[in-house]
Amino acid sequence: MTSPSTPVTDRPAADEPAVDRGPAQPAWWRRLGDVALELRAFIALAAIVVIFTLLSDTYLTSSNLITMTRHVAINAILALGMLMVILTGGIDLSVGSIVGLSGIVAGVLLQGWEIHSLDVVLYPKVWAVVVLALAVGTLVGGVNGLLVSRFRLAPFIATLGMLYVARGVALLISNGATFPRLAGSPELGNTGFSFIGAGRILGIPTSIWVMVALAGSATVLIRKTPFGRWLYAVGGNERAGELAGVPVPRVKMWVYMLSGLCAATVGVIIASELTSAAPQTGETFELNAIAAVVIGGASLAGGRGTVRGALVGAFVIGFLSDGLVMVGVSTFWQIVIKGAVIILAVLLDQGQQRLKRSHAAIVRTSAENRRLPWRRRPNPSQ
Amino acid sequence: MSAGVAAPAVVRGRDISKVYGGTVALDGVDFAVRAGSVTALFGENGAGKSTLMKILAGVETPTRGSIELDGRPVSFSSPPDAVAHGIAIIHQELNLCGNLSVTDNLFLGRERTTRRGFLDASGQRAVAASLLARLEEPIDPDAIVSDLRLGQQQIVEIARALSLNARVLIMDEPTSALSATEVEVLFRVIRELTDAGVAIVYVSHHLEEALEIADDLVVLRDGLMVATAAATDVDVDWIVSNMVGRRPEDLYPGTGAALGEPLLSVEGLSVADPNNPGRMAVDNLYLQVRAGEIVSLYGLMGAGRTELLEALAGRLPAQAGTVRVGEGDVSGLRVADRIALGLALVPEDRQRDGLVPSMSVGGNLSLSSIGRFLSGWFISGRRESAAVARTITEVTVKTAGPDAAISSLSGGNQQKVVIGRVLLTQPRVLLLDEPTRGIDVGAKADIFALMADQARAGRAVLFATSELGEALNAADRVLVLYRGRVVRELDPLVTSKEELMAASGEAGPPTETNGVPA
Repeated sequence: MTSPSTPVTDRPAADEPAVDRGPAQPAWWRRLGDVALELRAFIALAAIVVIFTLLSDTYLTSSNLITMTRHVAINAILALGMLMVILTGGIDLSVGSIVGLSGIVAGVLLQGWEIHSLDVVLYPKVWAVVVLALAVGTLVGGVNGLLVSRFRLAPFIATLGMLYVARGVALLISNGATFPRLAGSPELGNTGFSFIGAGRILGIPTSIWVMVALAGSATVLIRKTPFGRWLYAVGGNERAGELAGVPVPRVKMWVYMLSGLCAATVGVIIASELTSAAPQTGETFELNAIAAVVIGGASLAGGRGTVRGALVGAFVIGFLSDGLVMVGVSTFWQIVIKGAVIILAVLLDQGQQRLKRSHAAIVRTSAENRRLPWRRRPNPSQ
Repeated sequence: MSAGVAAPAVVRGRDISKVYGGTVALDGVDFAVRAGSVTALFGENGAGKSTLMKILAGVETPTRGSIELDGRPVSFSSPPDAVAHGIAIIHQELNLCGNLSVTDNLFLGRERTTRRGFLDASGQRAVAASLLARLEEPIDPDAIVSDLRLGQQQIVEIARALSLNARVLIMDEPTSALSATEVEVLFRVIRELTDAGVAIVYVSHHLEEALEIADDLVVLRDGLMVATAAATDVDVDWIVSNMVGRRPEDLYPGTGAALGEPLLSVEGLSVADPNNPGRMAVDNLYLQVRAGEIVSLYGLMGAGRTELLEALAGRLPAQAGTVRVGEGDVSGLRVADRIALGLALVPEDRQRDGLVPSMSVGGNLSLSSIGRFLSGWFISGRRESAAVARTITEVTVKTAGPDAAISSLSGGNQQKVVIGRVLLTQPRVLLLDEPTRGIDVGAKADIFALMADQARAGRAVLFATSELGEALNAADRVLVLYRGRVVRELDPLVTSKEELMAASGEAGPPTETNGVPA
């Protein structure tokens, strides 16, 4: 081994591999396992439906499905906003309080907004009430966004603070009381508020239509616009996104505003369904929304998650809770089971991510060994 | 082995093969490391170097073959197991906890305790200080690691490996972030270690540097060991041609482009050091790059190369001065606006500042230019994927496809993706910070070819490098940066490496002869 360039192997030159070094084909059952993991939330949902249909005669009836989906819609709409926040690597703990606050705002406006200095009581039209309630929610989200993007507060802290502030403001406005009878009166021209929660279009409750419309819009926003791409980039690697020209502060501002808007929508729907607004409405809703997003396969670290997943997650939680109620499982057990489902979902998700990474490693080593046409081949004769 | 000095082999690998899935990463490699000598390992990325080192360090177990330590077969179940056998590794990627102090990092996992079971803080601190003193690095042992610059963090990593008192020390790219002075100190320490009988395995993309310190050379290609030699018998050309089967001159194609109007003009730029706001990282700096020109920025660590490029890209705020792209003043604009005006940066640390790991190859490529593929409000998937496919071919990314995970690519191909992203924005001025850091010779050649293509297409190219060879051979003009100023402007055709090194202040402060407006 003293002379230079002594080939130490008598094998044929390395640029003609004797064997195809392609990736190993996973066995059919392994691939089936991959698919099952990928679609696990769907499978869980199907399993829930099958199990409760067997346990209860009334579970799989159209009226019950509609009732359950109405419950799901509340959480699903919150989950859509939450998903966008989580995609950027943030979290929004204030959505439950925004639900309460926007409901109270709608209640105040429908019962008559007294302006003492002018000694008048305003009765805005229903559409104006809805717009104002949504605007308040968006505004609160905007404050969250400002705290996170401009003042660089951790999203957890900023929205935790807002959880208290918004709830407190709702209690202040209503003085702790509930606004009943929001149906309006014909002589004031503000009837029709209850349609949002209790009305039906083509036999389907309005709130379900709202969920479908918002889910469709969110899908298009996330998949088809630069904004959607930026969500994933900010959550995946904020520094790289910034250098690539992503307007990071603006993106963060927008997601919290959208989350606030979704929460306000839920506040209006609930106030309309009950034709009353209570300042306590929406407590712990933020946790259900986070759970739906996580069960749907999103990463709390950001950069990973889909609208479809968040929706399925909301359906899993809703159909499971309602099923447990119908078959008479105790409320306390319901809580335990819901928690267990969340933990199981995240465990499975981690398993899938590990699987994906090991696949990526196989692809990498094989791509490295494969000689593509534009690579100059090593010339062993030199 | 070399010159008949048959020092005993401390570690010997016999017929080592490693198969990942269906992929052969190492194929029957015989390998020996002698006590008291430095064995340098060469090979392109994917040649099997990393796999071989991982096997030696106990990170991986070989599929076939055996490792012998002092003639006795051993097998390591884990890296700590290998350390217990006296084999330690300095990883290429820094494995430090940025939130802890230098001392905490040095003793992580093997903290010293007092008799009562509490941390022996003062004892650890003293050992840490002596280790850093041995490496001649003025780092406070209590400094938080994330506050250190990259080169100092690398020194900490080296110090940690030294503190293990290993008999075999594997160094994977130990100098990628070090200045020339720091490299010299490291080499002196390496010599002390070999004199004490320690065996060193040395891996570096700096071929000249590795040749300087090495005693024995081993070249891997495609998982096979293709050649060995004593360092005294061969030169860099021999290493390169064995690694890639190609002459080293081919790495730098030259442009032959005619120079046009100045595309990038910087006047009086001053930028505060982000880690030390009292100090100016870039200090009243002037430079100009013309259309069709490739200019290299050479300077020591801390000369302000990265700060200058980040300020040009809009990442760091400038305290004073103007930056013009063509006739347009971009001073004070945000990153996105500068990109729109044709100024884009390929950052130094692609993992930290370049890639979005959760996005696909295609998503990473189109990230900066997504606004160009809109029809109405929405992204046209067809136009986006056409542009992505075109770029993958243009920058020669080796990938399974645009939907592949970015983490499935090798370092060189990841770097090409970052460059491809920048090219998709159709820049007029291309800024690259250490574009070849940590990538293999083949990918380096591709990247220099790309830079030359851009110059020929009438763009201005400005790149920072810490490799003398690159600074001189890949550029039409060399700007030497010292303490935030351009102190010399050199013609690479008539400048030697020694002259460039001297101009950079390697041997004391350089005389300022050309720091005035160009």
